[in-house]
Amino acid sequence: MFKLAKSAAVAALLVLGVSSVWAQNTTSYPGVGRAATANEVNAWNIDVRADFKGLPKGSGTVEQGTVIWENQCASCHGAFGESNEVFAPIVGGTTKKDQETGHVKALVTNSQPQRTTMMKVATISTLYDYIYRAMPWNAPRSLTPDDTYAVLAYILALAEVVPEDFTLSHDNIAEIQNHMPNRNGMTLDHGMRTVDGKPDVNAVACMKDCVKEVVITSSLPDFARDAHGNIATQNRNFGPTRGADTTQPPLAKLPGAGYQLKVVAVATTSAGQANTGAVAKALFTKNNCAACHAANSKVVGPSIAEVATKYKGNPDAVALLIKKVKNGGAGNWGSMPMPPHPQVSDADTKTMVIWMLAGP
Amino acid sequence: MVICLYTMEICLGFDHVSHKLGRLKRAPENFLSSDFATDVTATGLDDSRRGFLRKSFLGALAAGAGATGLSSAALAQNGPDDPAIITKQMWQTTLGQPVAVKPYGMPSIYEKYLQRRESPGLTRVSASSVSFAPLQGFFGIITPNGLHFERHHQGWYNIDPNQHRLMINGMVKKEMVFTMDALMRLPAVSRVHFIECGANTGMEWGNVAVPTVQYTHGMLSCCEFTGVPLSLLLDMAGYDKTKAKFVLAEGNDGSGMTRTLPIETALDDVMVAWGMNGEMLRPENGYPLRLVVPGVQGVSWVKWLRRIEVGDQPWATKDEAVHYIDSMPDGQHRQYTSIQECKSVITTPSGGQQLLEAGFYNITGLAWSGRGKIKRVDVSTDGGKNWREARLETPIQTKALTRFNIDWVWDGKTAILQSRAIDDTGYVQPTIRQLRDVRGTRSVYHNNAVQSWKIDINGEVSNVQVG
Repeated sequence: MFKLAKSAAVAALLVLGVSSVWAQNTTSYPGVGRAATANEVNAWNIDVRADFKGLPKGSGTVEQGTVIWENQCASCHGAFGESNEVFAPIVGGTTKKDQETGHVKALVTNSQPQRTTMMKVATISTLYDYIYRAMPWNAPRSLTPDDTYAVLAYILALAEVVPEDFTLSHDNIAEIQNHMPNRNGMTLDHGMRTVDGKPDVNAVACMKDCVKEVVITSSLPDFARDAHGNIATQNRNFGPTRGADTTQPPLAKLPGAGYQLKVVAVATTSAGQANTGAVAKALFTKNNCAACHAANSKVVGPSIAEVATKYKGNPDAVALLIKKVKNGGAGNWGSMPMPPHPQVSDADTKTMVIWMLAGP
Repeated sequence: MVICLYTMEICLGFDHVSHKLGRLKRAPENFLSSDFATDVTATGLDDSRRGFLRKSFLGALAAGAGATGLSSAALAQNGPDDPAIITKQMWQTTLGQPVAVKPYGMPSIYEKYLQRRESPGLTRVSASSVSFAPLQGFFGIITPNGLHFERHHQGWYNIDPNQHRLMINGMVKKEMVFTMDALMRLPAVSRVHFIECGANTGMEWGNVAVPTVQYTHGMLSCCEFTGVPLSLLLDMAGYDKTKAKFVLAEGNDGSGMTRTLPIETALDDVMVAWGMNGEMLRPENGYPLRLVVPGVQGVSWVKWLRRIEVGDQPWATKDEAVHYIDSMPDGQHRQYTSIQECKSVITTPSGGQQLLEAGFYNITGLAWSGRGKIKRVDVSTDGGKNWREARLETPIQTKALTRFNIDWVWDGKTAILQSRAIDDTGYVQPTIRQLRDVRGTRSVYHNNAVQSWKIDINGEVSNVQVG
């Protein structure tokens, strides 16, 4: 076979007159992928770039934007884009002066408790693109281009970048860009854009006597001990460590080998599960009962149907059968004894017995 | 005896690779001259060397027993018997469960405490939030699929793979559409890479804010991804090799998640992936298709990938113009910060854990670099005064997690553990103070500072920062 393949390849080499046919080197992959249609590209190619490439034609007024905002945006962002309840605020922290300089002063003075969208964003295209592609949050892609212009006009009016009677459109959006408060606030002067960029910090790997005195500058306050839930239940309860029980004060001393936390004991019964057929059937399979007991035909032990028939109307049937499952039994259904099943919890056994007695 | 010899060979082999005699000292069979060890490593064990080893071992055993004054019989302990051995356990005396009870297997019920968790108060809407991976419980470098960290911007979906499409448009000869059928016919590759959110450890820029490594570093995972190189698809579509400078990747979720990549990055090692640790991607991680951008922050690994557009300018999308921009002290924001610089963290013992007693511990942790491979990891147990070089587990892969370990005998006194990674560019993981000197304290992103864990005399470990 190998010889045959080799000679065929050599033949191909001669026919094609190329130097390397041992490994196919193709960028065409015939039959894989197809050309996109113009409509398909238009349907998905909705991005708007900072130079407004991709911006749809249209317009919207602040007044139209107010209506859309109140109905579809205010519940998350607040009536004035100021809300900090669900998302960080959109509007606030910018001044008329910032619009002149293109630098938001509050970012230097730290006079705002939280950075708003309008304090950060440099490019108005970003706002158009994102509102159009992803808003409202629970119904993205439901706004038209005109809706989008209107919502953006409303935000710009709240930030006092445009007046309240303004109409924003594809014709004037580039002009408004020149008034964005933080339009000069971005820098590309850093080494983290590409893999060969220059890092900020050049640390030295000192090995010995590197610091004179170790000072702890920050640690979690005591009141935050339980702020992330009980750490004991976020670690294994075996191995080299445990999780600290953060519902309690720190231990007075080392707990010693084999220390077990009660809080992380794992319950191995399925008590409390609903007594549905599905649960019982799963338990029946899981505990190997099905190996001996089929629905209607005798296998090793009696069928479920036979058991149900035999104990029909017997008020003690549940208790009796739970005992049989647990301790085993013999003599009722032929010579093969029922083995004991002490590993099955009482609750699980009861679930299965009730299910069996109802018949297959 | 044979086993001892076999172990010896392994020890010698390791020593040969690392050129560290310190390793040999630790082996229980420490009775060979380094010359002999080197010779054996180079030429193997012949019969005369085997005989020598056997005699040496017996000698060492006798010497050891003599030194402690114990005969081998006296090693048996008089004391309470362990009921775990003496008592017959249920799993020894009853029938176990049959096959396929769980057609898709799940971890033991005793592992239920290791779960992805949200950090309370970090976000206000769970559909635009983060769940952190429980790094404190992981071994090796691979993140189990069910414990991979999550970050969604507008919720997650189970997208029908038969309805999923990938489009390539923009500055290409032929704008193309691929079905999953088509993509999965292409020559696939599998590679192990870490993914780290740019905001990982972001809560700790100003001060200690969260208690455990799950919350300080848990926006980190590492998987074997399977897919096709993005360069292959760009070649198929015939991207404009002179004008193309950037590509935009877009997701199929409600947020239409979009991120710009430089064309050099896109053509380098970026993958369009469907596989994750041998199975399809999990829905939370982008099923059926996501971008894998090795070394770059997670936000660029666009999930539910539906479109790649080729262009000549960056796009300044919401997640590169409002979020994922790094706030600097002068009021400017760094835009398009992407590379996850070299970083490491000790995962055991780590914050919130409780040591039970003094004595031997294996300090273990993870190291990674978005610029390449990990070259070295140093560990300090005295808050950064003195450092020792840790052992690195292999294979050491580029832009992947590397596991490190180092032996430590805890004397029961207060200790502060730190790890410091160095990558193959020579970059040394900085301290938080060094980072703050350049970037201030108000950024959310790219905190790759050395992490400190304080061990108190009661054995409890806590998150601290040191000057």
